[in-house]
Amino acid sequence: MIASEKVQERVQIPLAAESLSPERIAYLETLVSQARTAAAVFTQFTQEDVDRIVKPMVLAGMEHALDLARLAVEETKLGVMEDKVIKNMVATEFAYNYVKDKRTVGIIREFPERNLVEMAEPIGVVFSIIPITNPTSTVLFKCIMAIKTRNAFIFSPHPKAARCGAEAVRIMYETALKHGAPEGVFSCLESNNLQESAYLMRHKDVRLIDATGGQGAVKAAYSSGKPALGVGPGNTPVYLEKTADLNTAVVDIIISKTFDNGTICASEQTLVIDDEIYEPVLKKFAELGAHICNEKETELLARTVIDAKTGFMQPMAVGQKAADIARFVGLSVKPNTKLLIAPIQGVGREHPLSVEKLFPVLSVYRAKCVDEALKVCVDVNHAGGLGHTAVIFSHDDEVIRKFSEVINAGRIIVNSPGSIGALGAVYNDLVPTFSFGCGTGGGNSTTDNVNVYHYLNIKRVARRTQAHMWFRVPNQIYFNMNAVENVHQFPSRSTIIVTNPSMEQLGHVDIVRRYIPEGTHVHVSVIPDAEPEVKVVMQGVEALHFYKADQIIALGGGSVIDAAKIMKLKYESPEADLEELAAPFLDLRKRVVQFPTDKINRARLIAISTTSGTGSEVTPFAVLTDKERGRKVTLADYSLSPDVAIVDPQFVMSMPKGLTADTGIDCLTHALEAGVSNYASPYTDANAMQAIRLVFKYLPIAYEHPHNEEARCMMHNAACIAAMAFSNASVGVNHALAHAFGARFGVAHGRANALMLPHVIVYNAAVPAKFMPSPYTQGYVAHKKYAAVADLLGLGGNTIEEKVKNLVTATEQLLDQLGFPRSIAELGISKEEFERAMPDLTKLAFEDPSGRSNPRMPLMSELAELYWKAYQGRGLAKVAGVSEQQTA
Amino acid sequence: MAVIAMWIKIDEERVVQGLQEAGEKLDSAEGEVVADFSSVRRIDSSAIRALEEFAGTADDKGVKVVLRGVNVDVYRVLKLVKLGSRLSFVA
Repeated sequence: MIASEKVQERVQIPLAAESLSPERIAYLETLVSQARTAAAVFTQFTQEDVDRIVKPMVLAGMEHALDLARLAVEETKLGVMEDKVIKNMVATEFAYNYVKDKRTVGIIREFPERNLVEMAEPIGVVFSIIPITNPTSTVLFKCIMAIKTRNAFIFSPHPKAARCGAEAVRIMYETALKHGAPEGVFSCLESNNLQESAYLMRHKDVRLIDATGGQGAVKAAYSSGKPALGVGPGNTPVYLEKTADLNTAVVDIIISKTFDNGTICASEQTLVIDDEIYEPVLKKFAELGAHICNEKETELLARTVIDAKTGFMQPMAVGQKAADIARFVGLSVKPNTKLLIAPIQGVGREHPLSVEKLFPVLSVYRAKCVDEALKVCVDVNHAGGLGHTAVIFSHDDEVIRKFSEVINAGRIIVNSPGSIGALGAVYNDLVPTFSFGCGTGGGNSTTDNVNVYHYLNIKRVARRTQAHMWFRVPNQIYFNMNAVENVHQFPSRSTIIVTNPSMEQLGHVDIVRRYIPEGTHVHVSVIPDAEPEVKVVMQGVEALHFYKADQIIALGGGSVIDAAKIMKLKYESPEADLEELAAPFLDLRKRVVQFPTDKINRARLIAISTTSGTGSEVTPFAVLTDKERGRKVTLADYSLSPDVAIVDPQFVMSMPKGLTADTGIDCLTHALEAGVSNYASPYTDANAMQAIRLVFKYLPIAYEHPHNEEARCMMHNAACIAAMAFSNASVGVNHALAHAFGARFGVAHGRANALMLPHVIVYNAAVPAKFMPSPYTQGYVAHKKYAAVADLLGLGGNTIEEKVKNLVTATEQLLDQLGFPRSIAELGISKEEFERAMPDLTKLAFEDPSGRSNPRMPLMSELAELYWKAYQGRGLAKVAGVSEQQTA
Repeated sequence: MAVIAMWIKIDEERVVQGLQEAGEKLDSAEGEVVADFSSVRRIDSSAIRALEEFAGTADDKGVKVVLRGVNVDVYRVLKLVKLGSRLSFVA
């Protein structure tokens, strides 16, 4: 903390111990060995044990506060005995008041809502350097910290404070020992020399160096290669702004700067005063016992108390009385002069008194305006005070804020004395300390007021958290034959029906119109029956604006409903940037790009699905094609989910066989992938299982007998139910593979899924080469979930392996029944062509977000393998026994 | 198979004395000596010194020192003072 040793410390602390005699090395080894044993024994102590020791130590320190203060002044010849008594009391009583109820052993803090517990681990042996300026108070404070944190300290007092430092250690040690502390917990170097310090700093059993002192000690500590709490010198600027209470400010500054004759390094060094109050402030200082130096006196003072060569203060002035310094310099001052005030015109080497002065000499600067005052304070701060302490007296919050912003100081003391304010717990609620961390500005590792937690290794015990999950679907879903009638429930002034040409031709648009309440203006926006393009969507948005629509009815398959979702988004939030919203994310709740919540328009979206596969009527997804940029934009956010879903099978009765099969298998893939997804939950499982059951039962019927109303109805429901599952649990690697393959070779999505499906079941049922990290699942369960599906379908099997195998067989049979090609090769894609495409396919499949929820982390090589299996064809899929693989 | 030459029960209240007494009997010990620490919940600096001394004497006499029933807190202390590697432990 104290910089008075600066001159001495310009001598480099040696890095090795060559010059130490064997006797001295043996002595130092004994100290370390004793401390190591004490620290080891200390680890067995409970919180109650240490608290039982700390209290009597505090009382002993207070009892000896006067003796120690007197001893310190006699030995060091600096400071004020009465102030040192206060320092000793603060170091004990105030420190105790802060730490007495703090837990420092075992569990020290608990955060039940975060399932997090912090536990204390002692450091072990600490080597502590004690400054000359606070030789006893620092020892008292650190001894309390040591016992409270179960560490053993080896103290190294300043050579000129060796006796008083040793006496403080003795009092603390004997008291601690008497109350049960481990033998050897404190020791004190008999005589401090640089070689011995260097030896201890580098000793393998010394775990932390606690260097409170000048720059040299701090630098040596940090250079030792050991963890260090090195807190060094300062140069405190103080700004006295015109709105301040001048009486308070002047008295506080005098209290602070004369406290222990200015030896606390947080004390004010250069006072910057607003022009308007400069004269009255100096007058008040003079009235209260300060001597205002004239120009000549200032020059004389600077020449005497500052070393012209180094620019640092002269050690002989440190901690001396103002009157004594004046006498030494040759100034004529009143006998009881408290403080010498020296006006300066700037900061830097040309203005010697602008540096740190640990004695009652305060330089003052007259600032013409706030801006100039702040700049001078910044100059002082940068002239040796970075990271330490700064003081401001003001009632203007904006000035205080600006000062705090531009000054780099660990402590910014407002409207109170700098030195005592920085010590904490007297004028403010700062943590009480005798070591001021100065942050990186001061070459330190902390800006904190050093206290108990800095002497502990804090272990964090992080229990697994139960991640919040969700199940979000549109809050109104109408299903079964003629569910479209429910459209009449929704009043609207202006409705736009987004649909495609075939819906018009089939008369489906007319059916919907029939149920729109009378008096509603209805406009039909027909878009191509293909994945929506940006241009098409924007035309729809224009129509929405033109007709001032308050309702959108999307009637069609996934493409139409996706287009309507994006039209709604752009209509309600025109600023929404689709490109930006499509940014990838890992966790929906932590995504970087958020969907807009400010809406300038509002429109209800009713989705009426006319295929039984995508389930877009309930999903939060939409895919858009950006032809200009030649890419697809996939949007995912629950705000995209339609407000109302209508699942009316009358619109799918005329679906052709091929489409029935494709969409049906898409639905099955959704359900199977959601079922084994890492995001699966009991809610999604319920939906996934029901959808799988319905598909296996009704898809073959709907395929063979398209007019079977029950089968159509159940498949339409199955698609919606599966979509509710994957809207919340997502899909998996099957979709990732199908997306890349379908896009490259122009294969319909359902068909592409079908080609991969049996192979993916086998793949996920096996022991993964690499597990996918997932906080949502406990253990690897994909194979068990497939087995549960087999049980649900009544496929038989006694073991998990048999059941999975039966599920694969049943899936293959279903695909055969629906007339799907058995392999990619059957599509007429040559092996060479497929091989050429493989690097792109695997890359795209790997990057596809669908794969992130897959239970097994798909490696690139595995994706290629899956593609090749799909190329060769199903029937080859072999279920490897889980137990077999684990023992292989 | 090692010959168990000596088995000593260490009382928590008399760890130092117990080890000193055991040390005196090391001359007659053969193979290894087992010190039962199962009733010792904590050790202090003097116990550590006694244990160091005991381990040293045993080393000189070629006797293996086995501590039985050392609790994890005491075990940790022995690791911290680097005695762990000089001793053997059994449950």
